[in-house]
Amino acid sequence: MSLKRGDNFAEKRQHLAKLSDQELKDRFWALTEQIVEPLLELARTHTSPSVERSVLLRMGFNSLDAKAIVSKVIEADLIGKGAGQIVLKVAEKEGISIQEAGKSIARNKYSEMELKGLFTGVIVNEA
Amino acid sequence: MKLKPEEKINIEELLENLEDYRPRRQGWSWRNKIEDQQLGGFVYQESSENLKNNIPLPAARSFGNIDPQPGPVITTEIASGRFEDDIRRMRMAAWHGADHIMVIRTAGQSHYDGLIEGTPEGVGGIPITRKQLRATRKALDYIEDEVGRPINFHSYVSGVAGPEIAVLFAEEGVNGAHQDPQYNVLYRDVNMYRSFVDAAVAKKIMAGAEMLQIDGAHNANATAREAWNVMPELFVQHAINAMFSLKVGLPQDRIALSTVPPAAPPAPDLRINLPYAIALRELFAGFRFRAQQNTKYMESSVREATVTHTLNLLISQLTSADIQSTITPDEGRNVPWHYYNINAVDTAKQVFAGLDGLKDLLELKGEGKLREDIRELKERAVLFLEEIIKVGGYFKAVADGFFVDSGRYPERNGDGISRELNGGVAAGTIYPRAEDYLAPVCDHYGYNNLPEGTEKPCTLIGTCTLHQRDKIDYIDELDEVDNVRQRLSANNAYRQGNLLKPEVEWLADGWLSTTIFLPIKENIAEVAALEIAKKMGLKNAEVIHKEIIHPAEGTLVEVKGQVDFSINIDQLEIPEKEEPLPDEEIREYIEANVLRVVAATVGEDEHSVGMREIIDIKHGGIEKYGFKVTYLGTSVPINKVVDAAIESNADAVLISTIITHNDIHRKNMSKLNDLCIEKGIRDELILIVGGTQVSNEIAIEAGMDAGFGRGTHGNDVASFIVKKKQGEI
Repeated sequence: MSLKRGDNFAEKRQHLAKLSDQELKDRFWALTEQIVEPLLELARTHTSPSVERSVLLRMGFNSLDAKAIVSKVIEADLIGKGAGQIVLKVAEKEGISIQEAGKSIARNKYSEMELKGLFTGVIVNEA
Repeated sequence: MKLKPEEKINIEELLENLEDYRPRRQGWSWRNKIEDQQLGGFVYQESSENLKNNIPLPAARSFGNIDPQPGPVITTEIASGRFEDDIRRMRMAAWHGADHIMVIRTAGQSHYDGLIEGTPEGVGGIPITRKQLRATRKALDYIEDEVGRPINFHSYVSGVAGPEIAVLFAEEGVNGAHQDPQYNVLYRDVNMYRSFVDAAVAKKIMAGAEMLQIDGAHNANATAREAWNVMPELFVQHAINAMFSLKVGLPQDRIALSTVPPAAPPAPDLRINLPYAIALRELFAGFRFRAQQNTKYMESSVREATVTHTLNLLISQLTSADIQSTITPDEGRNVPWHYYNINAVDTAKQVFAGLDGLKDLLELKGEGKLREDIRELKERAVLFLEEIIKVGGYFKAVADGFFVDSGRYPERNGDGISRELNGGVAAGTIYPRAEDYLAPVCDHYGYNNLPEGTEKPCTLIGTCTLHQRDKIDYIDELDEVDNVRQRLSANNAYRQGNLLKPEVEWLADGWLSTTIFLPIKENIAEVAALEIAKKMGLKNAEVIHKEIIHPAEGTLVEVKGQVDFSINIDQLEIPEKEEPLPDEEIREYIEANVLRVVAATVGEDEHSVGMREIIDIKHGGIEKYGFKVTYLGTSVPINKVVDAAIESNADAVLISTIITHNDIHRKNMSKLNDLCIEKGIRDELILIVGGTQVSNEIAIEAGMDAGFGRGTHGNDVASFIVKKKQGEI
């Protein structure tokens, strides 16, 4: 896959030869911006287990709970909603604190179906 | 806790109440630069504020102990696997001038899916955990108060837990971090999509905490076969991370480029490295530059490494460096030892002091070969970017093996690092955010379906840990065996008791090294050196460096080994330091009794600095008390000294002897004593000798009344003479 090629700089540079130093620099940064845009868009529209665990840490969960909650949320196929939102919804539905809600999810208190139900109107069972 | 210079830092006390510790500031600190600073009669153009407590360069002794601090922040990398021992090294480094402490992570942490807790021991670095960060940041608070300058604490936001590590760093007051998704992709084989998704969130959190970011581009020249050929690519890697970071929200002045001069001698270092350094600073004006030193061509010679690093510092001085990193010169032989961190920091401090104001003396050529080389590098970099776009973007280019190819782009040798789009660690672990995706926290990058009008996202949950650190759920330890308490109790006798052992990394590790020259060829010398180490009682001896001095005539070998005994400091007889008389008392005595002294450097010895310091009034020497001094100069024969003593009716003779070949210093002392006896004047004369290799013991053995070594001042000598005259000694 990796290409081998001799140093054809002299021939390849022809279109750059006439640029001033400033024009060359502007081109350097314009090309970079063009390369970086799709990377930013990918990041803007996607999440990951670590991203979601970082959300839970910021919400006040310790690393053990954050890990368990995100695993549970991935199992329930709900990570695209944001793990923080799942915790928030459980807390709201159950009328409990955010910490309690998160720890309950971490301790497997809710089935996948129950967690999915948070977004389809099915009521989470008590106990 | 307040540190006292004469006391060791108390690690047990430091570890108390960590659950309540809160960092006192966040974000990065630069040095306070002072233009045209006057120090010891010199004017420094580019220095920064002095330290309150410090250790100057050894030669500062002859310059009134000035310790000019350079303008750039100075980095030292410390990570031995035990943070409790690293803290002591950090304190030593800070006294020498380091204000950026970079902590390397333990092997394997970048592939650890989540955070590590507690204080387990690391390998080649420390496991970065909340407790270790907290204890270290707390220690650095005390250390920065002691030296009087903010100390930046730094580690790595990479691997598959980047966003979590970034949160941890923001919460715990870490001031700077490496963050570069390209590093994950190329060197840690973390899936490329995952790396960039994680990086954006991590960077946004770092931006919120005002941390300084350092990129990872310099790893390309540590990896490529011929490092200087990857220069065009280095611009590309810097640019991708810099632009990505800017767009995520890091300000330009907190995005630092990690740049290493790629070539090293015997290559013509400056001719290759200087155009590159200038081109980089021109293309990236406005960003910050973290000048790192070359590690690629480091062997086990600390001398060679130090010279290469000195040339690297010259490049920094000729261009610019906001942060000057240092590499310990023993990296090619050890996991860095304590004193090599200090050596590296001192090398930077020494070179910057020596090169202060260089740009006033010379300027770089504005045309010719230098400018042509600069232009060529930039054009090659632009061609690289053009081809990335042509093949379909960054990810495709990585898959095609564009990066870390040893060819000088556009040349390609086909040996670049290629990664599969859907391969690597944590492949398939990014997920599209749903339309109703929500993250109710601050400093979160990307799409977030917050209720309309939400200004501070964490109001949805009350507050987040970035705004209220009391919300952090602190975990102390998870492992009952592998933790700092166990380690501290195992070596307590060495920390709080009376036992002492040599140390290079960990308390009481027992390691030391010894340098051996053997007049024989290399292969025999190596085996012989180990045999010598064994007979010396060293355990686990290893050759850490050897150098052929001549194929037949000799080999230099350095060996390290461990001692398995301890010294009980209570059983040592420490000679009591003679307290000099107060200045006033000396002066009063001399006013009442004129004292005459004859002084000379004896033998064939041209050293005069030490003696002048002892006698000259302007160095605080004995003349200031009123002594009548006859200074005979250097290389004075002993009989001339004795003649002068008789002629001037002297009370005391001071001789200086620096050269020690064939024990000439002892012979000269004995000769002086013998000649004075022969002439019948020994009883009336006080004979004093001084010199770097002189001790009171050897002086008395050779018939002198006293001997003074390094660190002696005029008052020590004056006080001795007066006490002797008064019959107190």
